[in-house]
Amino acid sequence: MFALGTIGLLVRRNLLFILMSLEVMLNAAGLAFVVAGSRWAQPDGQVVFIFILAMAATEVSVGLALVLQLYHHYRTLDVDAVSRMKG
Amino acid sequence: MLDLLWLVPALPFVGFLVLAIFGPRLPRRAVALIGPGAILVSAIVSLIVAGSFLGSPPVGNAYTQNLWTWIDVGGFQPHIALYLDSLSLVMMVVVTCVSFLIHWYSTEFMAEDKGYSRFFAYMNLFVASMIVLLLGDNLLLLYLGWEGVGLCSYLLIGFWYTDPANGRAARKAFYVTRVGDTAMSLGLFLLFTHLGTLDIQGLMQRAQAQWPAGSTMATAAALLLLGGAVGKSAQLPLQVWLPDAMAGPTPTSALIHAATMVTAGVYLIARTHVLYTLSPTGQLAVAVVGTTTLLVAGFSAMTQHDIKRVLAYSTVSQIGYMFLALGVGAWGAAIFHFMTHAFFKALLFLGAGMVIESLHHEHDIFKMGGLRKELPVTFWTFLIAGCSLAGLPLITAGFYSKGLIIWSTRVAEHGSAALWLLAVIGVLLTSIYTFRLIFLVFFGEAKTHVAKKPGWAMQTPCVILAILSIIGGYVNTPEGLGNVHIFSNFMEKALPATVEAHAAAMGELASESIVTLAFIIGLAIAYYLFLARRESAEALTRPAISRALHRFWFSDWGMDWLYDKLFVQPILWFARVNKSDVIDAFYGVLAYFARTFWRVMQATETGRVRWYAAGIVAGSVIFLALVLFL
Repeated sequence: MFALGTIGLLVRRNLLFILMSLEVMLNAAGLAFVVAGSRWAQPDGQVVFIFILAMAATEVSVGLALVLQLYHHYRTLDVDAVSRMKG
Repeated sequence: MLDLLWLVPALPFVGFLVLAIFGPRLPRRAVALIGPGAILVSAIVSLIVAGSFLGSPPVGNAYTQNLWTWIDVGGFQPHIALYLDSLSLVMMVVVTCVSFLIHWYSTEFMAEDKGYSRFFAYMNLFVASMIVLLLGDNLLLLYLGWEGVGLCSYLLIGFWYTDPANGRAARKAFYVTRVGDTAMSLGLFLLFTHLGTLDIQGLMQRAQAQWPAGSTMATAAALLLLGGAVGKSAQLPLQVWLPDAMAGPTPTSALIHAATMVTAGVYLIARTHVLYTLSPTGQLAVAVVGTTTLLVAGFSAMTQHDIKRVLAYSTVSQIGYMFLALGVGAWGAAIFHFMTHAFFKALLFLGAGMVIESLHHEHDIFKMGGLRKELPVTFWTFLIAGCSLAGLPLITAGFYSKGLIIWSTRVAEHGSAALWLLAVIGVLLTSIYTFRLIFLVFFGEAKTHVAKKPGWAMQTPCVILAILSIIGGYVNTPEGLGNVHIFSNFMEKALPATVEAHAAAMGELASESIVTLAFIIGLAIAYYLFLARRESAEALTRPAISRALHRFWFSDWGMDWLYDKLFVQPILWFARVNKSDVIDAFYGVLAYFARTFWRVMQATETGRVRWYAAGIVAGSVIFLALVLFL
């Protein structure tokens, strides 16, 4: 699931899909924590998952705000078009 | 009243601070009051101190005023302390009084100048530094004053800084004296490491106790201090800066480059005389330097065109006499000549200043003439000073002081017939160039119109100095001519008496008569060549050999040329060869590497977020692989 997210991140051009792939990766990491927590009977895995959830929520809110701004500016969501930082 | 001593250097220093901070905003009248006023009060205080010193001599004929401790580190403890004995007393009184007269003269001489307050600020700072030099109780404080006067000399030579030539002359003076000062500071280090103190009196006692006569250490110290003295006093081989120093305003030349600062070397040697008595080699070196300088400069003075340069070479030559006196062990005679020289040479420069001022800043003596009637006061004072310089018998001060030196070179412990003969030849040269100057400037027909006559503020100091140049000699007259020994007796309280080892060789009167004869011959030659038969002087310069000789002497025996070839050209050559800077190449390569690397890395900065993400993924995969499989 993590690898799936990573591949999605790399091959997709649409910024919205990239963010979604990022969510997939975060959930993969969270699932790994939960599974590990139940395997060794520890509550820490679930605690960390709640942290990840909170972080994902903030990240998405910031990310979506950036997406909106970007769309206003370029009228596109293609990340490769946004390469003004080229050195 | 001796505790007023600290005021003598403090007053000029306060004057300097006031003029330096508020000077440009003060009216000229106030500046003319503060500048010379500070020196006047300082001169009065020094006379009061001198009076109480003579009236009730302190214990051991020396008075130390300890003001505060300057530095206190690891046993090195120089004090800010003033030391007054008969040597520094005479120097202090002469310096403050002559300084005041010259300041007074300057109020009129510089009246039109834009840098009026700046001039007086520098002059006051100079007087303060000079007094610190003279009264300093330890060699470090003396060195402070020494560098202070050097700085003021530099500032005043380059006073009219808008002309690059003046700036060059100032820098030349600064560099050349720096050579001497380096030798002197090495001498100070040597004395401190071996004797553990810089306090002059303590140093002299320890030197006498620890170093046997003729020891290498004493010789080394004596020669290093001589190096400093040679630089400051413009003696061979460092005399090249003084003639160029004439670029400064004339009162500066009178005060710094004739009367006071350039005799600092004489003072230094007299102050540390114990080192020289311990080292016959050192003392011989002083005598040799003095003799060669007085002859070399005497020949150069005969060929100069510029009135101030003639006087500059004459100063160099007269200081040569003082060094000669120190070298043969006639300590008191050197200080005596310093005193009379301060009077008549300051007067000569002030007179030259009046001449130059009245002739539209004309410096060439061949364009002057007939000024006797136009400027009577200048003429008479200049004549008196010139006679004093050349040593007109019986009347003038210069005759007595120079006669004493010349007689001492024969009879003193380290004297010899050869030195005596060379000194007498020096008198002949002095007489020729002095009267050449007087005849060309004041006699003959007028060649330039007199534009401006000097006022009373310029003439009064000259008259006072003229009186001093005559009566200054009566404090010490030879046997058979009054036999007064006030001055030498007073000097012997601080300096050893002249040992008359060869007293039988020549009587004082016999020596004086030969000096007189040399003076008269010189006068006659000058009269014949430059007044009676002007064409014969031109005839003399016509043959190729005498023309070459003239050129050689005119260029100061080719010293500037020699230094240019020896020091300046090699450095310029090295600078040219090393233009690309060998050391810098290493750092150049470093910078080149950094730039290349930057260019390579720049290509990776594409601005594409997905490439960056791919980079992160690849990096973490490689890193995980390394951790897992290695």
